[in-house]
Amino acid sequence: MPIFSYLALPIDGAREMLCTDLAKLPHCEIIPSDNREVVVLVTDTPDDDTENKLQKSLNNLQSLQSLSLTFGYDDKEK
Amino acid sequence: MTKKLNRRRFLKYAAAGSAVATAGALFPGISFGDWQNLSNNSGLISWQKAPCRFCGTGCGVLVGVSDGRAVAVKGDPNCSVNKGLCCMKGYHSVQMLYGKDRITTAQVRKNGKMVEVPIQEALDLVAEKLQETKEKHGKDSVAIYGSGQWTIPDGYVASKLFKGCLGTNNVEANARLCMASAVTGFMTSFGIDEPMGCYEDMDHANVFITWGNNMAEMHPVLFSRILANRKRRTNVTVIDFATRSTRTSQAADKSIIFNPQSDLAVANAICYEIIKHNWVDWNFVNEHVSFYKGKTNIGYGTEDHFAFKDKAEPIGFEEYKLFLEDYTPEKVEKISGVPAKDIKYMAALYGDPDLKVTSFWCMGMNQHTRGTWINNLVYNIHLLVGKISTPGNSPFSLTGQPSACGTVREVGTLTHKLPHGVVMNEHHRKMAAEIWDVPVKNIDPKPTYHTVEMFRALDRGDIKFIWIQVTNPMVTMPNLRRYRDGALKDDRFVVVSDVYPTPTTDVADVILPSALWVEQEGMFGNSERRTQHFAQIVDPPGEAMSDTWQIIEVAKRLGFEKQFPWTEDNYIGKIWEEYRKFHAGPKHEMASYEVLKKRSGVQWPFVNGKETRWRFNPKYDPACSNGKDFDFYGKKDHRAWIWARPYEPAAESPDNEYNFWLNTGRVIEHWHTGSLTRRIPVLHNAVPASYVEINPEDATELGVVNGEMVKIISRRGEVTMPAQIRGRGVPPRGMVFVPFFDESYLINEVTLDAFCPISKQPDYKKCAVRLEKA
Ligand code: SF4
Repeated sequence: MPIFSYLALPIDGAREMLCTDLAKLPHCEIIPSDNREVVVLVTDTPDDDTENKLQKSLNNLQSLQSLSLTFGYDDKEK
Repeated sequence: MTKKLNRRRFLKYAAAGSAVATAGALFPGISFGDWQNLSNNSGLISWQKAPCRFCGTGCGVLVGVSDGRAVAVKGDPNCSVNKGLCCMKGYHSVQMLYGKDRITTAQVRKNGKMVEVPIQEALDLVAEKLQETKEKHGKDSVAIYGSGQWTIPDGYVASKLFKGCLGTNNVEANARLCMASAVTGFMTSFGIDEPMGCYEDMDHANVFITWGNNMAEMHPVLFSRILANRKRRTNVTVIDFATRSTRTSQAADKSIIFNPQSDLAVANAICYEIIKHNWVDWNFVNEHVSFYKGKTNIGYGTEDHFAFKDKAEPIGFEEYKLFLEDYTPEKVEKISGVPAKDIKYMAALYGDPDLKVTSFWCMGMNQHTRGTWINNLVYNIHLLVGKISTPGNSPFSLTGQPSACGTVREVGTLTHKLPHGVVMNEHHRKMAAEIWDVPVKNIDPKPTYHTVEMFRALDRGDIKFIWIQVTNPMVTMPNLRRYRDGALKDDRFVVVSDVYPTPTTDVADVILPSALWVEQEGMFGNSERRTQHFAQIVDPPGEAMSDTWQIIEVAKRLGFEKQFPWTEDNYIGKIWEEYRKFHAGPKHEMASYEVLKKRSGVQWPFVNGKETRWRFNPKYDPACSNGKDFDFYGKKDHRAWIWARPYEPAAESPDNEYNFWLNTGRVIEHWHTGSLTRRIPVLHNAVPASYVEINPEDATELGVVNGEMVKIISRRGEVTMPAQIRGRGVPPRGMVFVPFFDESYLINEVTLDAFCPISKQPDYKKCAVRLEKA
């Protein structure tokens, strides 16, 4: 049951589009910055399969320039 | 259920809080509306600082512990390295502690089979065999082979026991395979090891040039910082100069591809252009630079007992300028495949007095049969234009492993080194003998074997006992088959300390279970001269024991209680304070144990409570004493040396029979041989097996499509593995690339054990192979 947070940087001028794209994806919550081209993304997926699918969807987003992890949690081994 | 939900909600807040804090560090003044930065003190998880276990970036992390188990990782916002960021390896790192096949007991080979024994019995056997081998075959028949993943105390006690007490210089570490050329580059150009700059250079530079360095995958947090800078400031350009197209090339403003080995020629051509256009910073060059040449046609070390010693000869600027006549951009275009206009473009960026330039490199320049030379040549560029030792102007050699600098380069766990200086120097031997409390005659003034030669000696039988800790040479040695067959010979005794079974534990006579990362206290030293302490945060499993304490246990059994008097509850602090004496003085002063425990890393020289960001610059560096604006005090003449080093071809290049270059390396998901990351489900699933990257046109000619099996054949061996076409990396025509993390495909059976004659570091990036559809 992984939880991650990321800083998402949009390609130039595509912040709004990135927010819309991310908001459409399941298991994603976003906190856009009000004064910079940066979006905080928090993902909370129920299992590895869903996580892998979400990763693929994130990789395919045209509006996204880069994604940097800031937090990771996974308790399934417990 | 409610508790679980609360915990989950809390974790999501903590996750968001980390991201917001990190954004604040990277983008000063950033605002997230009414987002509240929640505190983490819910009592559900406690957080403690540590450096990341993986790469030499040295990100600070906070490890979250719940019920005695490490469950979460977040970037440490107090650590200036990563300011709260981490990469996917870092975030999943706690799971490496809990793989199902973790080695928790000692094993000993009895009648050909490994059987579990109490660890104290195994340590008795190690001490007994070590003693017996030394008595029967001499002191140089025993050896220890460690790692840039050794903690600083691990490496220190290994050196003290083997060099100081047993009297053999048979101490080496796998950093020979990754950083040796960087060291000899620093020593020949500056007379002192490790970068003059620091990561803060990234916040000042206008131009970043990556020399054969796929930073986006290998140093992802640093690369994010470059990209964040490019986003924040308008005048930032990133150039990727590489032999294949990677994620770094995709993110760069310009990707320039060169033929393998021809970086030597291109670097010289850049210098040619700088001089031709008079972009030279004459004040800097006249005051702070000397010119030298060394030997040429220096060989490749593929034969046993290969020996080489360089000889520095002073030359004048005019002779250097004449030497560069062979490297006009037009001539070099023919060698390198790089259009002359691209060479001129790079030269113009270095030469523009209004631009600050940082060059980054790592394995591409170090794993190179002319590794020392190419390090020298990139320094030459920065020295000619005076772009060095000031914020943003930095030739920056990155490290691969978390403590290649801290443990191998600073402690000196290489055959010729001591914690301060080299075994050949009487003064340095005396200092070591005094601190170690051993007779000075114990320390042999002659180095023995560098890594490749050490495993050749094991094969020949000159070494009969070897203790391998925290590394996996039976996957990583080039020309691997020879060295594996050697280790398996009848009268060889191999001890392996590790945390999971590997091809190296397969050849062991004794396996010792090791504590991993935060299951022990220790220190690492990262790429920017930063020493990072970590406490023991969780218990090691079963009988697992720190590598440091394993060595101390054996030392005590061998009768060296006086040199190893420490107890299990105080040894790390005591070792640190003893080791620190070696570096006393303004050039390398280290922080005290108490300071290290409090901070998220401290950069040396640490003098009067102040870290040194830029060395050789008196504004920042207390060791400068010449009264000028720079002091390159590593050299006796207080100058940095520009070297005339020519282009020479690789040890083996493609020909009619073996018509492809083979290049090997890493991927972001896996750490080195994958023994840790392949046990982390998310990382393993992301890249479950290795593959061979092939250029799409070569693949079409060969008749293979993605996923089909391809046989890679060299003069030394062959491997059959799936093809990857148009994946994350695309090699040019005539080259294939293979990641080495997967022990099911031992690509090093194919590679060549040629090395740089000066640094003795092998070249894993260039040998000749042919391909067949399997
Ligand atoms: S960049 Fe390196 S040090 Fe930082 S989190 Fe990733 S692996 Fe760890």
